[in-house]
Amino acid sequence: MNPLDHSFATLKQRGGTAFMPFVTVGDPNPECTVDILLTLQEAGASMIELGIPYSDPLADGPVIQRSSQRALKNSVTLTSALECAQLAKQQGLTIPLLLFTYYNPLLQLGLHTAFERMSVAGIDGIIIPDLPYEENERVRALSETFGIHLIPMVALTSKDRVPKIVERAAGFIYCVSSFGVTGMRSQLHTELEAFVRYVKEVSGLPAVVGFGISTSEQYREVSRYADGVVVGSAIVHAIEQQRELWLDPDSRAEAAHSLRSFTEHLISK
Amino acid sequence: MQLLLQDYSGRPTPLYFAERLSNQLGGARIFLKREDLNHTGAHKINNTIGQGLLAKKMGKKKSSRKPEPDSTVLRQRRFAPCWVWNARFSWEKKIFADKKLNVYRMRMLGAEVVPVTSGSRTLKDAGNETMRYWVANVEDTFMLFGTAAGPHPYPYMVREFQKVIGEETREQALTNMGRLPDTVIACVGGGSNAIGMFHPFIDDSQVTLMGVEAGGRGIESGAHAATLSQGTPGVFQGSYSYVLQDIHGQVKEAHSISAGLDYPGVGPEHAFLRDSGRVRYCSITDQEALDALYLLSRTEGIIPALESSHAVAQAVKLAPECSSEHIMVVCLSGRGDKDVEAIAGYEGGGLQ
Repeated sequence: MNPLDHSFATLKQRGGTAFMPFVTVGDPNPECTVDILLTLQEAGASMIELGIPYSDPLADGPVIQRSSQRALKNSVTLTSALECAQLAKQQGLTIPLLLFTYYNPLLQLGLHTAFERMSVAGIDGIIIPDLPYEENERVRALSETFGIHLIPMVALTSKDRVPKIVERAAGFIYCVSSFGVTGMRSQLHTELEAFVRYVKEVSGLPAVVGFGISTSEQYREVSRYADGVVVGSAIVHAIEQQRELWLDPDSRAEAAHSLRSFTEHLISK
Repeated sequence: MQLLLQDYSGRPTPLYFAERLSNQLGGARIFLKREDLNHTGAHKINNTIGQGLLAKKMGKKKSSRKPEPDSTVLRQRRFAPCWVWNARFSWEKKIFADKKLNVYRMRMLGAEVVPVTSGSRTLKDAGNETMRYWVANVEDTFMLFGTAAGPHPYPYMVREFQKVIGEETREQALTNMGRLPDTVIACVGGGSNAIGMFHPFIDDSQVTLMGVEAGGRGIESGAHAATLSQGTPGVFQGSYSYVLQDIHGQVKEAHSISAGLDYPGVGPEHAFLRDSGRVRYCSITDQEALDALYLLSRTEGIIPALESSHAVAQAVKLAPECSSEHIMVVCLSGRGDKDVEAIAGYEGGGLQ
C-alpha cells in the first residue's frame, strides 16, 4: 500500500485532516531543509510537499518564486533535492513525501530516471502543475510502474473537465482553492466548499485543498470539509523571515523552535 | 475580420521591389513584404485584431498581455479601445527604462503598464507574470499572446491570424512576377511573422524558407537568442519546443539587440519545421543586423525594426551569391521608429 493511502485511511478512522506543508528544497540551504522537514513532522505534518526550485514557476506567487530563486542560487537540482529527501528519511523522517515539480526538470533528467530516483529517495506522490491531463500518459504509466501516485490538480475553472481528470487518479485530488497562483489570501472563494464536496463525490478519493491558506481560521474552516490542507506560502514565508537564524548552525535550533510554534499555532483547533 | 484588416490596418500590404538594395548587393532581386506599413507599424496587428475579436466574442472585458518590447503593445492598445475596457501590461524593468517613449504612448492610449519585479525581470518573466495575472483573473480577462508560442491553442491561433502575410505574398508574387519566389526569409524570436509568412508556402517545395534567429553577440559568446540552433527540446510557458536551458531544465536568459527576438523559447511549429528540414534556420549577430538596418535605411529610405533587420541581414549575405533571376522575399515585419532609442543606446551616447 502506498504510504499516502495508508495515511489517509488512518486519518479517516480518526476523523482527522491531513496537514500538508510545502517546503522549497534548498531554501535557505539543503542542510536546513532536512531540519525543516523534521521540524514540520514534529509539529504535526501528516505528509510534506517538496517544492523543486524552477526558473519559471508559472503557478507560484511571489513568496515561492523568491524561495525558488534562492534555492537555485544554492545550485539545487531535481537530483540534489531527492538526495536531500533521502537524507531526511535517514535522519528520522517517516511521513510520506510528495514532489511538487514543473515538468521540464523531470523531462531533462529523463522521465524514467526521474521516477527511479524518486523511488530510491522514498517519494510517494508527485504533482506536476504544468502537465495537463491530455499530455500525462507517459508520466502516468511510470507512476503506476513505480507505485508513486500522480496527483491531479483541479481548479474551480476545471468544471466539465473534473470527471475526466479524476477518472484514473490515485492517492488524492489536489483542489486549487482559488483563481490564480500560490500565495496568502485574506478570503477563500465562496464556492470552494461545494466544489470540494463535488470532487470527493466524483472521484471517490480524498480531496486536499491548496493555494492561499495561510491563517489558522482558514485552516480550521477548510478542515471541516477537506481531507487535507496544504499550507505553502505561509510556511515558506516564515522560513524566509528567519533565514539568518536558519543559516547559522548556532541558532538553527532556535529557528526550528520558532517554525514549530508557528506551525502548531496554525493547525491548532 | 477581413474588413478590419483592410480598413483599420490597411491590408493588403505591398510587396515592394527593393531595386536600389538589390543593385547595390548584386545577384538576387530582393522584395520586401511591407508589414511595416500596417497601422501601428508591424505584422502584430494581424493577430491583435484576431484575438481582439475573439475576446469580444467571449465577453471578456479586460486584456492582459506580455508586451513584445516594441510597439506591439501600442498595436494592442490602439486597437483595444474598440472593445476592451482595460488593458494591463507587464513589462520588464530594463525595457521600462529603455523604452520610455513606448511606455508613454501606451499610457496615452489608456493602458496600465506594470513593471515586472519577479524572477530575472526579463522578457520571459514578463510572460510569466502575464500568465499569472491571467489565471488569477480568468473570468473577465483575455490573455493576448503576441507570438506563436505559449500554451495551446495560442501557437495555432497566432499562426492562423498571421498566415495572411504568406497568403498575400504568394498571390502578389504570382500576379506581379508570374511565379513563386525562390527564397523567403523572416526573422524568428517567438516566430509569429515567420510562421505567418512560411505557412502558405510549406507545400511549395521549390521555395526555400529561411528563419533568422538572433545571434546576439555571437553564438560562441553564449549571449544570444538562437533557440532553434542552440536550444534543446523542453517545456516552457506551456509548449514543448526548443528552449535555451541548462541540463537541469532551468531556462536561461536570452540576449539580442532586438528586444522582440530576446526570448529563450520559440513556437512549437518552428521546432517541427526545423526537425522536418522544411525550413532552414540560421542566426545573425547584433552587429550584422545593425549594419543591415543602415544599409536598408540608406538605399531605400526604409528604417526596419531591429527584428526585421535580422532577416534583411540574411538577405544581404545570400543575395550576391544568387543569379539575377533569383527572387528573394524578405518579410519586413516592422518599422524601426520604436528602436531608435535602443540603437542609439547600443552605439553609445544615446539620443542627443
